[in-house]
Amino acid sequence: MNGADVPAPLEVDPARRIFGLETEFGLHLDAPGSRSVTPEEVAGHLFHSVVQWGRSSNVFLPNASRLYIDVGAHPEYATAECDNLTDLIASDKAGERIVHDLIAGAERRLAAAGIDGTIYLYKNNTDSAGNSYGCHENYLVRRRADFKAFASTLLPFFVTRQIVTGAGCITRTPGGAHYSFSPRADHMWEGMSSATTRSRPMINTRDEPHANAELYRRMHVIVGDSTMAEPTALLKMGSTDLLLRLMEARVWLPELTLAREMQAIRDVAHDVSGKATVELADGRFLTATEVQQEYLDAVRAHLGGVIEQTAEVDTILDLWQRGIDAVRRQDFSLIDTEIDWAIKHRLVSRYQERLACGLDDARLARLEMAFHDVSPDRGVFYALQAQGLAKTVVTTEQVEQAVTTAPQSTRARLRGQFVTAALEAGRDFTVDWVHLKITGPESRVVLLKDPFRNVDERVDVLLESMRGPATPLN
Amino acid sequence: MPQTTSSGSAFDDESTPGEDGAPAANAAAHSSSDAIDDLLDQIDGSLQVNAEQFVRSFVQKGGQ
Repeated sequence: MNGADVPAPLEVDPARRIFGLETEFGLHLDAPGSRSVTPEEVAGHLFHSVVQWGRSSNVFLPNASRLYIDVGAHPEYATAECDNLTDLIASDKAGERIVHDLIAGAERRLAAAGIDGTIYLYKNNTDSAGNSYGCHENYLVRRRADFKAFASTLLPFFVTRQIVTGAGCITRTPGGAHYSFSPRADHMWEGMSSATTRSRPMINTRDEPHANAELYRRMHVIVGDSTMAEPTALLKMGSTDLLLRLMEARVWLPELTLAREMQAIRDVAHDVSGKATVELADGRFLTATEVQQEYLDAVRAHLGGVIEQTAEVDTILDLWQRGIDAVRRQDFSLIDTEIDWAIKHRLVSRYQERLACGLDDARLARLEMAFHDVSPDRGVFYALQAQGLAKTVVTTEQVEQAVTTAPQSTRARLRGQFVTAALEAGRDFTVDWVHLKITGPESRVVLLKDPFRNVDERVDVLLESMRGPATPLN
Repeated sequence: MPQTTSSGSAFDDESTPGEDGAPAANAAAHSSSDAIDDLLDQIDGSLQVNAEQFVRSFVQKGGQ
């Protein structure tokens, strides 16, 4: 490493932000009649081909994203750093394709081991025993001394946004079943902390910016649901980004601090009538639609000022408003091709009508699983999308390109070039979010602290050194 | 998944009003309901097979 050569951080437009999405997938082997197989064993078969080329079950791919097995044998895919929502959604959808493409080989290996079964990967949020796993959002923010106060300003937003961005689910209780906005809400235990699995906070405050720590922090949000529909992801990430832009411009957001966040997130989740209220620290009681409307109005008030008006911003604000209206008026058709909970609600309700069964019927739970199946051929969500019953934000071509190609406007481009070149050259390498390293006798490493920088001479030298036959790196 | 449906291509209705002059929006809503039913027709058989056993067999540890 040569610290003196490290380029100065780029001057970045305040509206530019690095986004990332991490998804833990549910892994399910259906093999009736076979001996029992642990999720760890299935995950091992699933990642066999990954380990073959990457020598690890924790790798960075040529598209600059990260693929690994996380706690609980969940395959996890983390998108590369993206500086716009189109790239982010394409990269996130590419992740579904990438994990899905591991299934066929894993099923063959299982069959060779005497287990005849089918593997399903679900982009969902809970298994049948109620264990929770998730979708984590990353937002790069400019470092400031009062980060915790800054981030906590958003807690009322995160508690209530499930009415417009939730995945929706059938909740089964001893007293019966009902439909809820968010499967994740019941698994949140505090507002902010540095813990994750022991005590899940909505915002994780662990300070790992994966970037120049003097300039940036990464806000790590783990309260969101994994969602299937692209417009839902657009609204989830886009609305959060717009509020962060106001906050970074020192605009005061409405004072909506909640008296009891954990109670509030559950109360909101379990009442799709939208009538449940949350108690504010100042003694007021508001519905989730009222809280969301306050945030949306705050953004609208700065449209054309702090918030540049673009077609994408218009799309986000329109969907946000329709989401609020859909709950307030109880007219879910306003969003039932765009927002996961409403798309699934329509499907589940229709199937329930046809079966004339209770909401706790196993066939409806089976339909929920099929909805979250990431298989483009078998997944019910993708059948809905093919019929125009679920809208898209990016094209199939953009998703296909994102499977193999890194986002081009961020540091991800450099990582993607490096991984691609190293694999082609057959060189040993290790990579993380901020390092590119050729290992072995001619070891070389480049530190990439600026996630906005997509061109770097040091990387060009590194790439050049790998082209042609392996030659000494002087 | 095959996308042929019993009612033909459902979304042809979306851009044109129905023959009886019904507003296009209603025709679209109607055809999308048909499309959901067609989809459910296609998957109903597989969803019904051992649904309970299938659902119960999906258990993992929690993640983050």
